[in-house]
Amino acid sequence: MSNPTDYLLAVEGLTVSFDGFKAVNDLSFYVDANEIHVIIGPNGAGKTTVLDLICGRTRASGGSIKFRNKELTAMKEHEIVKAGVGRKFQNPSIYDDLTVFENLEISFPRGRSVFGALAFKRDAEVRDRVAEIAEMIFLTDHLDQRAEYLSHGQKQWLEIGMLLIQDPELLMLDEPVAGMSVNERKKTAELLNKIIQNRSVLVIEHDMKFVEDIAHRVTVLHQGKILSEGSMERVKNDPKVVEVYLGH
Amino acid sequence: MKQAIQSGSPFRVTGEMAGVLLLALFIVVVLPLGLDTFRLNMVGKYLTYAFVALGLVLCWGSAGILSLGQGIFFGLGGYCMAMFLKLEASSPEATKIQSTPGIPDFMDWNQLTALPWFWEPFHSLTFSVVAVVAVPALLAFVVGLAMFKRRVGGVYFAIITQAFAAILTILIVGQQGYTGGINGITDLRTLKGWDIRTDEAKLVLYFVNAALLIGCILLCLYVRHSKLGRILVALRDKEDRVRFSGYDVANFKIFVFCFAAALSAVGGAMFTLQVGFMSPSFVGIVPSIEMVIYCAVGGRLSLLGAVYGTLLVNWAKTLLSESFPELWLFAMGALFIGVVMVFPNGLAGLYQQYLAPHVKRALSRGRTIAPAPASATTSAIVPPHTAAD
Repeated sequence: MSNPTDYLLAVEGLTVSFDGFKAVNDLSFYVDANEIHVIIGPNGAGKTTVLDLICGRTRASGGSIKFRNKELTAMKEHEIVKAGVGRKFQNPSIYDDLTVFENLEISFPRGRSVFGALAFKRDAEVRDRVAEIAEMIFLTDHLDQRAEYLSHGQKQWLEIGMLLIQDPELLMLDEPVAGMSVNERKKTAELLNKIIQNRSVLVIEHDMKFVEDIAHRVTVLHQGKILSEGSMERVKNDPKVVEVYLGH
Repeated sequence: MKQAIQSGSPFRVTGEMAGVLLLALFIVVVLPLGLDTFRLNMVGKYLTYAFVALGLVLCWGSAGILSLGQGIFFGLGGYCMAMFLKLEASSPEATKIQSTPGIPDFMDWNQLTALPWFWEPFHSLTFSVVAVVAVPALLAFVVGLAMFKRRVGGVYFAIITQAFAAILTILIVGQQGYTGGINGITDLRTLKGWDIRTDEAKLVLYFVNAALLIGCILLCLYVRHSKLGRILVALRDKEDRVRFSGYDVANFKIFVFCFAAALSAVGGAMFTLQVGFMSPSFVGIVPSIEMVIYCAVGGRLSLLGAVYGTLLVNWAKTLLSESFPELWLFAMGALFIGVVMVFPNGLAGLYQQYLAPHVKRALSRGRTIAPAPASATTSAIVPPHTAAD
C-alpha cells in the first residue's frame, strides 16, 4: 500500500467518525525518533481521540498508523504495547489498592501471559529496575505506600513511571501537567527532559508555557484537522492559530 | 527492612499461615471432637460450599467479576461424581428387577433401554475424577471466552451467568431419562466397593473434604500472592491501565473464572460423596445466589473469612429452619442487606477493623526481637480491607 518511511510513527489519512461526526478527519503527521512532539488545540479538536486511535482504544474508520513500518490499526491493544507504544491517560490511571512498588512491578515487561504472571518471580532485576524508576519519578520514599494515598501530582508521576518501566520507544502523554502545582510542573518538565533519551514522546498539553519548554515540534489540531504545524515559534505566530486557539 | 517488605512482607505471610493453621485446627480437631457424626456430616456438607466461596473470593473479591452462577459448576462437579457412583450402584445384579438391568433405575423408569453414550466413560473412576474438574472448567472456559473476549462485564456478566444457571437446571429437569430429572441422581451406595453410607465412611470423607479444602486454600493463597493475583486486583481497579500495560485482560478473567469453577466443582463432588445424592436444586439461581451470600458474609476479600462465613450462614440456616422454617428466607434477606449496607467487607472486614489491631499488639508484646515494629509499619499503611486475609 503506502511506502515504508523513516519516521518512527507515520499517521496518514487517519479518519474516525462517530455516527457520522468526524472526530478526526484525514489527519496526517509524523513523529521522528527522539522527538518531543506536542499536539495542541482547542477543546473537542480531537487530540485525545488521536492518542486513542494510535494505542488501539478506538478503531480507525480509515487511514493508516505505522509504527516502525508496522501497521497498528489492525493490532490489539496489548500487541501495540508490546510493539513499543506506551500511553498515559488524562486522569491519573493507577491501581489504588496496590503499593507504588506493585504498581510499577505490574508494568515491568515480563510475565505478561497468564502463566507467565503465575510464575513471575520478584528477583533482583525487577527490584533494581523499580528502584531506578522510582528515583526518576521522585517516589523512592513512597514505594511501600498504597498508591491511593499519593497526591495528584505524584499519581501522575507514578503513571509516567509505569510507562517508563515498559521502556517504550514512543511514549504518549495526555495532559501530563494538568492540575499540577507550579513546583510539580517544573519537576515534570525536568522529568520529561530526562526520559526522552532514546525515545520519542507525543504529548497533548494546554499549558503553553510548558509546551514551549519541552516541544521540538508542535501540531495544532482544530475540528479533527491540522491547522498548523512546525516549531513552537512558527506556530505561535501563525495568524490562523492565534485566531482559533491562542488568541482567547 | 524495606527490602523485606518489598519481597512480600514475611510477617503478613506467616500471619496468613497462622490463620490457615487455626482454621485447620478448628475443622480437623475441634469440630470432630465436639460434634456427633450426624452434625459432623452436616458441617462436612457446609464445607463443600466453602470451596465455592473460595472461588468467589478470587473471582469476585480480587478480580471484581461477580458470577451469580457458581451453582452450575458446583452441580456439574457433583453430577460427574454422582454418575460414577450411580453406575457402580446399578450393576446388573443389583438392578435385575428392571426391564433393562444394568442401567441406572431412573433410566429404566423413563423407558431407556441402553446407557447413553456420554454415561459410558463414567464407568472409570479416573475419568470421573478428572471430569469433576475438567467439565466445569471447560464450560467456564467457553463461557468466559465468549463473554470476556467481547468485553462483557459487570452486571451483564452476572445476569448471563444467572441465565446459564437457569438453562442448566431446565435442561437437567427436562431430560429426566438422561439426568434423573428433578429428583437428581439418588441412591448412591459404594465407591469402588467401599460403602459411603456408613458412619465410618462419613467420618473418613469429612477428613478428606477438610484436607482438600485446606489444600485449595493454600492454592488460592499461592495465586493471590503471585503477580497474577495483583494483576486481578489491578484490573478490578483500572482495567484499561492493565490492558495498556501489555496484558490481554480477557485471558486473566477467563483464568480466574475457570479456576473458581474448578474449585466449586471439587466442592460439588465432595457434596455428592458426603450427602449421597446430587440434584438440580444445587445448580439453579437460588443456590448460586446463596453461595454468593456465604462469601459476602464472610468477606469477599478474605479466603479464610469466606470459609467461616459459609459455616456460619449454613449453621444459622439449619438452626433457624429447624425451629422456624418460614423465617429462614427473611433472615437471609436481612443478612444480605446488612452485609451490603453495614459491613461490606463481611466478617473478615470487621475482624480487621476491630480485632486485628489488638491481636497484633498482643502478639508483638509476646515477641522480644525486631520483626514486630516492621510489621506494625506495614499494617499501618495497609488499610483493613486489603489486608483482609
